[in-house]
Amino acid sequence: MTTLVPLGAFIALSAALFFIGFAGVLVRRNAVVILMCVELMLNAANLAFVAFSRRLGLLDERGSVFVVFVFVVAAAEVAVGLAIVLALYRNRPTVDVDEVKEMRG
Amino acid sequence: MLFAEASQRSMDVIDLVWLVALIPLAAAIVNGLFGSRWLGKWTGPIATAALGISAVLGTLIFFATIAAGDHPSRVVKLYEWMAVGDLTVGVTALVDPLSALMVFVVTVVSFLIHVYSNGYMSHDRGFHRFFTWLPLFVFFMLVLVLADNYVLMFVGWEGVGLCSYLLIGFWFEKPAPATAANKAFWMNRIGDWGFTIGMILTFMAFGSVAFQEVFPKVAEVHKHDPAILTVIALAFFVGACGKSAQLPLYSWLPDAMEGPTPVSALIHAATMVTAGVYLVARSTAIFAEAGVALTVVAIVGAVTALFAATIALVQVDIKRVMAYSTVSQLGYMFLALGVGAPIAAMFHLATHAYFKALLFLGSGSVIHATEEQDMRRMGGLRAKLPTTYWTMVIAGGALAALPPLAGFWSKDEIVAAAFLNGHQLLWAVGVFTGLLTAFYVTRALYLTFHGEPRDHHLYEHAHESPPVMTVPLLVLAAGSVLAGVLLGFPPEAGFVHRFLEPAVAVAHGGAPHVPELAKILALAAASVAAGLAGTAIALAMYARRRPDPAAVARAAGPVYTLLWNKWFVDELYDRRILGFMRDVFGAAWAFDVHIIDGIVDRLGALARLVGGQARRVQTGVVGNYALSVAAGLVLLIVVYGGYATGVLRR
Repeated sequence: MTTLVPLGAFIALSAALFFIGFAGVLVRRNAVVILMCVELMLNAANLAFVAFSRRLGLLDERGSVFVVFVFVVAAAEVAVGLAIVLALYRNRPTVDVDEVKEMRG
Repeated sequence: MLFAEASQRSMDVIDLVWLVALIPLAAAIVNGLFGSRWLGKWTGPIATAALGISAVLGTLIFFATIAAGDHPSRVVKLYEWMAVGDLTVGVTALVDPLSALMVFVVTVVSFLIHVYSNGYMSHDRGFHRFFTWLPLFVFFMLVLVLADNYVLMFVGWEGVGLCSYLLIGFWFEKPAPATAANKAFWMNRIGDWGFTIGMILTFMAFGSVAFQEVFPKVAEVHKHDPAILTVIALAFFVGACGKSAQLPLYSWLPDAMEGPTPVSALIHAATMVTAGVYLVARSTAIFAEAGVALTVVAIVGAVTALFAATIALVQVDIKRVMAYSTVSQLGYMFLALGVGAPIAAMFHLATHAYFKALLFLGSGSVIHATEEQDMRRMGGLRAKLPTTYWTMVIAGGALAALPPLAGFWSKDEIVAAAFLNGHQLLWAVGVFTGLLTAFYVTRALYLTFHGEPRDHHLYEHAHESPPVMTVPLLVLAAGSVLAGVLLGFPPEAGFVHRFLEPAVAVAHGGAPHVPELAKILALAAASVAAGLAGTAIALAMYARRRPDPAAVARAAGPVYTLLWNKWFVDELYDRRILGFMRDVFGAAWAFDVHIIDGIVDRLGALARLVGGQARRVQTGVVGNYALSVAAGLVLLIVVYGGYATGVLRR
């Protein structure tokens, strides 16, 4: 008989990962790193999804299914995001987001 | 009901009446779309062929209407154009003697002028443009003539005005034609305003704009509101004055001579300018009950006839003589309408179309040969242009109303009708104008064709026009000789009278009395005497120099100056009326710029101000956007979580 890891632990880990990613998005300047931080936030959400899904057991598997959707969206997001970073890098040799201010009104 | 009638009848040529109008339209569209790139010189034959088909159909319809006997009115509906509330307007043709006669005249004269134009315009760069506007004009003219209601008529009315503008300004790169085109357009706008008012009032008074519904109700409307009929009639007459160049809206027509000569012949002599006469003749039922309006028509017509004839006496440009002559002859037609002889007016319209088109085309032939319009530099051209000379002499005789030429029968009938219907003064004006007419046309022909050549260089290079131009002259000459006798003999009981009687009978409520023969002969003798006298005076002055024209001009002194300057009417319009208009329109313009546009500009400035401030939010730094997304998220969590846990309460 295995000991159940309490749900709170999963949620705490998920929240920690989410805010680490969140902080990374806000403070880092390298566009690639920002994308990685976004991935971290998405996977934090995934962790919360599977934890709740597991806890609710056979009653509701929708949480697990949602994770698959998040994977798909995340893959698409990374593809588009990296393409933007590449295009940016070709136009000017930098991936520092603070140096790109063309959209200033 | 009409539809049921139509279905019981077998198809005949009258059901094809819309083709008469649509075939020229098709030619105009084809030439307009493909003329400049591909068709080039083919546009002329295409338009001419279309008009040829149209003329054949028009003639067949004319004869079919004659054959229809006692019930010649037919309605051919193409489709319903609009139905708004009580107002229904159909694209519907009314084929009755009046419109059939007009269709006949318009299509045949137009066809001949198209043939002629192939020669006259052959060296022009705008050849294809010319043969786009010309059939388009014919289309609109036929819409005007065929319409069974005032609204559709107005479509044609505006359309011919537009084509007239385009064709007067055909050589738009020169300043004079461009100005003349604008002048014609604006003067016509004043007339169109009258037409519009008349149309609206007609709808308000009668609840319909269709001729066949309006005219039977005239007596009923007259019973409880006679004044409205007078107002409607006067409003329509303002429209007619604009289109048919009557006082005070005549001065665009002489200036319209800046256009190519075939245009002058077709639009500004034979067809479009008669639209006003046609409008009044068509509305005879209204005018007959309109009280004072009819007198106004008669007086304006007589005064215009006299006034324009006096100006024509001293003109030196051959086309201008013809232009003032046209204004004068249109005055005769209105005189006829005003004294209650609409049939005589339509009769004169038909004969005038032939001989005036011929005079213009003849002038065009002279201009084509000499490239000169000033008669003072011509002279002696008879030997060089024999066909042109003889056909123009015939047309001139018809204009001078010498028997048995066409103009005699119709003009004599008009002046006789004025006398017999109790307008002796107007009769006197008509006869005196006849004398002036004979004088100026004889003078013009003499100066052009007789005497010594005054400019030898010009004389040496003159040559007779090609057959494509002279054959139409000959056909029109035949018309100018025969149209009067064929249509109008015997007087008051000729073919044209019996034919048109059903169309205008509403006005008289029965057949007109035929006056005794002696009276007719006496009146005819008077007008023939006037015509001969005018011719004789002109010949004496210009052929025998007794009295010498220059001496006469000097003796007349101020009168001559007055006529030479066309009674200073253009100057009067320019200084007094246009000065006043400029002030009014200047004020309106200032109101528009400062108030109306000002409001719009201020609104725009406000939006710019707000936007200018708001744009600072957009820093362009990705970090800032991310931070605002995060802040929004935090705010959402706080608010939503606050309500969910009960920390925050509503």
